[in-house]
Amino acid sequence: MSAESIQAPQSDDDVVVRLTDVHKAFGSKQILRGVSFELLRGRCLGIMGGSGTGKSVTLRHIIGLMRPDQGKVEVMGRDLAEVTREELQEMRKRIGYVFQEGALINWLTVAENLALPLQENTKLSKSEIESKVQEKLALVHIPDAGAKFPSEISGGMKKRVGLARALITDPELILYDEPNAGLDPEISRSINHLMREVSETLNVTSLVVEHRIECIKTVADEVIFLYDGKVHVHAPVDEFFHSQDSVLKGFLGI
Amino acid sequence: MPCAALDSLPKDAWIIALALVLAYLLWQRKFFRDFCDETAGRLLLLAAVLMRLHHLPRRMRWFKSQMFSAGIGNVHVVLLVGLFIGMILAMQTGVELARFGQQDQLGFLVSTSMAREMGPFVTAIILAATFGSALAAELGTMSVSDELTALEVLSVDRVSFLVLPRVLALMVMCPMLTIFCDAVGILGGGFISVAQLNVSWGMYWDTAFSALQTKAQFIPIPKDVYAGLFKSFIFGGLIAIVSCSAGMAAQGGALGVGRATSRAVRDSIIATIIANYFLTWMIYS
Repeated sequence: MSAESIQAPQSDDDVVVRLTDVHKAFGSKQILRGVSFELLRGRCLGIMGGSGTGKSVTLRHIIGLMRPDQGKVEVMGRDLAEVTREELQEMRKRIGYVFQEGALINWLTVAENLALPLQENTKLSKSEIESKVQEKLALVHIPDAGAKFPSEISGGMKKRVGLARALITDPELILYDEPNAGLDPEISRSINHLMREVSETLNVTSLVVEHRIECIKTVADEVIFLYDGKVHVHAPVDEFFHSQDSVLKGFLGI
Repeated sequence: MPCAALDSLPKDAWIIALALVLAYLLWQRKFFRDFCDETAGRLLLLAAVLMRLHHLPRRMRWFKSQMFSAGIGNVHVVLLVGLFIGMILAMQTGVELARFGQQDQLGFLVSTSMAREMGPFVTAIILAATFGSALAAELGTMSVSDELTALEVLSVDRVSFLVLPRVLALMVMCPMLTIFCDAVGILGGGFISVAQLNVSWGMYWDTAFSALQTKAQFIPIPKDVYAGLFKSFIFGGLIAIVSCSAGMAAQGGALGVGRATSRAVRDSIIATIIANYFLTWMIYS
């Protein structure tokens, strides 16, 4: 593993996500075999790796949907093994999650999808919620999509709505699960630029699971390559794509 | 002598003994353990719904839309099936009664059978096959497309948001549809009585209504009607809980949704039949 050029945290407060020796198995299949890394405040970390190497599993550990068999997952300074269900729910309000297929509720309009977490978890008035929904739709460049149902919009728009929904609670951390999956290159480019724009505008910390090189080059500050259930390479984005590691070169096809 | 000893056993002891033997035999098998796990999960879901009853005012929009789907969406099926059930009942019993010259009592038989048993049961079966399967398919699709996970990540209470309005809607609509089923069933019985068994309308209605006059002890409505509606209320809750639980547990794409849907219908019908026995025993014993 190469991690020489990775920025070191000034203090523990700078670390938004820290995984320490995380192991996870499903039945007899060992997926993670000691994954460790840190994600610093304001940075964007890309996670690359072949299919079944545990990229999405890592993401699900960070949001608390899975518990590690061994090791520690710390998010915003809290060890997830020690938080109660209520505390985890509170923490999730500060984390945005963009799903691979959008995961929008089909029988709610786009605006209702965005409003849902605010209606359920805040005491904001109807007009405040409406203005916040409109603000986020404008941020992802689809201000007129509010009245449409998810079945009436394209795959690219669904990704934008998914991102807007993840941003609705003004999170400190956004997790992207394959944001380019199922999109053509042109739409993928526009989504990548939007992610970069959101990251810079709102100064949020981001973690992107993706295997498209273009996406990682556009959005990430540093990249992790998962191989054999471990962090095989962890490097700033420029170094990552010029790495001499043979396994990584084989994966990237360079 | 042994026969005499057996005869002296209380009636319910047979049922308990049979249930225990059956339970022991089935305990050895994996499917029975899975069944116990599923039942425990469903009881927990029911408890979670009961603990969130005070959320209902916030869920009124979804509660009303589910009532509409369950009620208006199925009323034509209930009316059609109920009519034919009443006609079949009249025909089957009427032919036998006519042999003893007792066809005048047909209204009594059809109305008590519809109100006590056939109305609630037939309505429950229809709702399990239509609304219950739709519930399981809808929640199953949400489960396999990560929508349920999304709700969890967004800190939205899934039981309150999805299950509560569906369970309560079916608990309200099942008795309502039962009333329609009872009414058209009795009407259908009347058609057959007049057309095929030479019973006058007046005689049929007199006996039909007199059969439903027995008042319940504490409730000022006829006992048979009240008993049927109470059963329906329970059946509605059972069907919704079983269907929601099967749907939310769906995994593995379209195949998983299909399995969840068929499991929901199968288990709803089994639960309805078992509950029907115990409710009948409780009300009429």
